[in-house]
Amino acid sequence: MAELHPLLKVLLLQAGYNTIVVMLGAAALGAATGIVGVFALLRRRALVADAVAHATLPGVALGFIAAVALGFSGRNLSFLLAGAALTAVLATLSIQWIANRTRLTEDTAIASVLATFFALGIVLLTVIQTLKTGGQAGLDIYLLGATAGMLREEAILLALFSLLAAAIVALLFKELTLISFDADYARAHGFPVRLLDLAILGLVLVVIVIGLRIVGLVLIVALLITPPAAARFWTDHTGRMTIVSAAIGAFSAYFGAAISAIRPDTPTGAVIVLVAFALLLVSVFFGAARGIVVRAIGARRLRGAS
Amino acid sequence: MISFLQIDLPALLVGTLAALVCALIGNFLVLTRQSMLGDAMGHVVLPGIVIAFVLAGTTATWVMLAGAFAAALFSALLVEFLRRATRIEASAALGYVFTAMFALGVLLLEQSGVARTTFDVHHILYGNVETAIWPAATGFSSLFDATALASLPPQLGRLVFGLAVVALIVVLLFKELRIVSFDPDFARTVGIPPQLIGAVVVSLAALAAVVSLSAVGVILLVAMMVCPPATARMLTDDLKTQVWLSLLFALASGVLGYAAAVLLPLAFGYEISLGAAGTIAVIAGLFQLFAMLFGPKRGLPKTV
Repeated sequence: MAELHPLLKVLLLQAGYNTIVVMLGAAALGAATGIVGVFALLRRRALVADAVAHATLPGVALGFIAAVALGFSGRNLSFLLAGAALTAVLATLSIQWIANRTRLTEDTAIASVLATFFALGIVLLTVIQTLKTGGQAGLDIYLLGATAGMLREEAILLALFSLLAAAIVALLFKELTLISFDADYARAHGFPVRLLDLAILGLVLVVIVIGLRIVGLVLIVALLITPPAAARFWTDHTGRMTIVSAAIGAFSAYFGAAISAIRPDTPTGAVIVLVAFALLLVSVFFGAARGIVVRAIGARRLRGAS
Repeated sequence: MISFLQIDLPALLVGTLAALVCALIGNFLVLTRQSMLGDAMGHVVLPGIVIAFVLAGTTATWVMLAGAFAAALFSALLVEFLRRATRIEASAALGYVFTAMFALGVLLLEQSGVARTTFDVHHILYGNVETAIWPAATGFSSLFDATALASLPPQLGRLVFGLAVVALIVVLLFKELRIVSFDPDFARTVGIPPQLIGAVVVSLAALAAVVSLSAVGVILLVAMMVCPPATARMLTDDLKTQVWLSLLFALASGVLGYAAAVLLPLAFGYEISLGAAGTIAVIAGLFQLFAMLFGPKRGLPKTV
């Protein structure tokens, strides 16, 4: 039999155990972002998510410094992700405080928090780069993502958190759908809208933090908002839309991880985002529910019938 | 002293000029709820700059500008198309277009081999104020020496050009900009087309983004378009005062931020360096924080 193309070989999970685990971990992450993204998009949290993602940079840097200070390896994933979660929460609170307590509008709150936190992260990174300790080169990957050098345990950890996020959405599915489409109705019927909104924000935070390693903090927001946007062209039903979105997110991340398995120097996040965007364009034209082509055919049939 | 002229002065000028041009146009973005536009611009122009550089083989100002404008225009059309086709709010449409364009830019950088030679994706993200150097300077006399001045870093010329154009148009159209920013409906009744003025603001923001991006990186550009105007807005209701104050804060952030990057490590006796783009943006953020906590106009009703 002829030798398979290297990409095909990786895609078909014939590239060694470690690569397989990493790719499946990436796919689980993509599915989780696709699921959570549906509600982030419907509740208009896209730009907040972008700011929160950028705001994880100082946390990653602080996590590195804390790990080194305590005698661990600076690349210890738990420290880095805990730091990321800490500054992400701080950024979320800052945005809410600015938007509610000053006359600055939400967009200004988002942009200024994004810029200031990210800048602080850059300053901390430049400090780390001149520290006399190993491993700082590894921090770069949290910007644009990488799967190279990823440990099996790390991939499994990410997959577990992804499953957890998906399970929470499944449990709260009815409530989340209700507040996404008619928050006033939900409020009138005694649903805790603020709490549910907080749950969405919390889930966004979780998938952003676990996505840092593979997709990177600069582009992770795309994996949250692009798959659900594409899914809308295939179905109007929220449940099915969530499943399609999960599938698109999973495929994009899987494919990106495969590419970086054969070309380790390619930023994984960039590939993943471009795959997701290509799927969005395909959906815009050929989506079964609202795609441009489908609508054009429908319109012609309508004219033909009259 | 010579090392100040060769290393610190050009970097200080680049950082401060970028801060000024971004803050100036940022005033109108903040007032018209388009604060994230700077962020979007900073991301979408990357593939345009890379493609223009690969095609033309030079970093001449007009090449960079042409590439960036083509990318910005393409993105604007794509956002508009997707917004209509998907009927999803504009901010989300903006979100997936600017992330996709930036991802494309990153891959083009990596694949074309431009990275490491001319720009580096990390420079675009972190900022690279420090790469502006003026080796031809031999002393203060160089400041009046035409041949030495001609070898000033090219990004300085781009920034001066951008600042001049933005300042000129803001001065000429100040009345129109004020009316459209605060009350677009009223503008229409007195015969000022809000869309046209809006397009001018977006174009000027694109110009500011292009001249700053390759000089200082995305993050300083986003910070400067938002933080100094937001700071000034906590202090005054008058637009003219706000614009002047924002320029003052931009200037102060540029000078203090660069000084902090150079002097803080020395003061603590460490052999480390701080990224000046980062410190300038952090200082701008601190100014905004203090203004939000103590500014006299911080909490008035949001209806402007």
